[in-house]
Amino acid sequence: MVSQRTIESFVGLFLLAATIALIVLAFKVSGLTSFFKGESYAVTAAFDNIGQLKVRAPVKIGGVTIGEVSEIKLDSQTYKAVVTLRINKNVNDIPVDSSAGILTAGLLGDNYIELIPMYSKDFLRNGSEIQDTHSAIILEKLIGQLIFKLSGGNDNTKNDSNTKGANQ
Amino acid sequence: MMDHVATIGRLGLLALREYGKAGLLLARVVFYPPNLRKGVPLVIQQIYAEGVLSLLIIIVSSLFIGMVVALQGYHTLAKFGASQELGPLVALSVTRELGPVVTAILFAGRAGSAVAAEIGLMKATEQLSSMEMMAVDPLKRVIAPRLWGGFISMPLLTLIFNAVAIYGSYLVGVKWLALDAGTFWSNMQSSVDFRLDVINGIYKSIVFGLVVIWIAVYQGYKSAPTSAGIASATTRAVVYSSLAVLSLDFVLTAMMIGEW
Repeated sequence: MVSQRTIESFVGLFLLAATIALIVLAFKVSGLTSFFKGESYAVTAAFDNIGQLKVRAPVKIGGVTIGEVSEIKLDSQTYKAVVTLRINKNVNDIPVDSSAGILTAGLLGDNYIELIPMYSKDFLRNGSEIQDTHSAIILEKLIGQLIFKLSGGNDNTKNDSNTKGANQ
Repeated sequence: MMDHVATIGRLGLLALREYGKAGLLLARVVFYPPNLRKGVPLVIQQIYAEGVLSLLIIIVSSLFIGMVVALQGYHTLAKFGASQELGPLVALSVTRELGPVVTAILFAGRAGSAVAAEIGLMKATEQLSSMEMMAVDPLKRVIAPRLWGGFISMPLLTLIFNAVAIYGSYLVGVKWLALDAGTFWSNMQSSVDFRLDVINGIYKSIVFGLVVIWIAVYQGYKSAPTSAGIASATTRAVVYSSLAVLSLDFVLTAMMIGEW
């Protein structure tokens, strides 16, 4: 029979091992950097089409993540998608005339929002709205346009060769 | 004709009665005023018997499961030129599915069967009745510590399983198949979400732990007081809890993905 003290120390080690496993899972596996999100301020932007943008998608300037998308809703008056961006408090000098575009990470990756700073001396504050927005590029539409262009382009080359032939 | 219908009805009533008895057992254990001074050492003994002694099988099997998933995943992903996504593949499948489910099934085989057999033997040798004679409530002295011990052990075992399985996949992916360690971890960190993936897996394991240990305790408690009764109680504890874990896993996953 194992003594109660040995049992208690084994159970203590067991609890300790499980706690270490939880910490490993939190920080090494899921990359949790902080339990409490830092101070941030909210900015809205209205897009015609947000494509596959989702809540918690990153907001970047020059590829550096400075915040995330916190809310997406439809404006029932204009039928535009109103996206709320939460930007870290320490990035507080983004000009108000900056433009926001929805880009795709890689060819088939997730969407994110890229802010392109402009030159105004007024900075974005809590509640301000980004006026200059660029919608997501929808791959299907792009392919449609490409096919249209290609078929049109073929006609042109035929015409060119015909005229060339006629000239010769 | 009516006899057959009556048979079906009787079987249904019997099944319902079983569920009711099991529910009463659980309710009496959970809503009993616990005696901290006497109860805690008993629960610690059961955490030792059900949790610490299950560690060896959990660690060995999780190491091998992590290594196998990494090896299989690498060969499939390499066909699509996406072998750098091995980290997310392993981490997501382990934290969301394999960790809770495989731990619960191993736990049912290692600890659930032992609990059912132990309680069944106590009943067959009339230890439970003699406790009642001495005014010791077997529910408090025997059943409750085992139930709480299993309930506490199961999520802890799952955490250890997850961490060891991911370490196993790291061994195969980075040390053997020579993937880049930085890509392996950073891709994993960018696609695994702590709340959605890790914590939801732990919720699953809490539910599984309760179900497995509840079935084991109940099967032992109601077993026929014979050697054949103990044997069938042990078998049923393992079979029922494995089935319950697999079907509950589907329901819980549907709830978590469907965001009920």
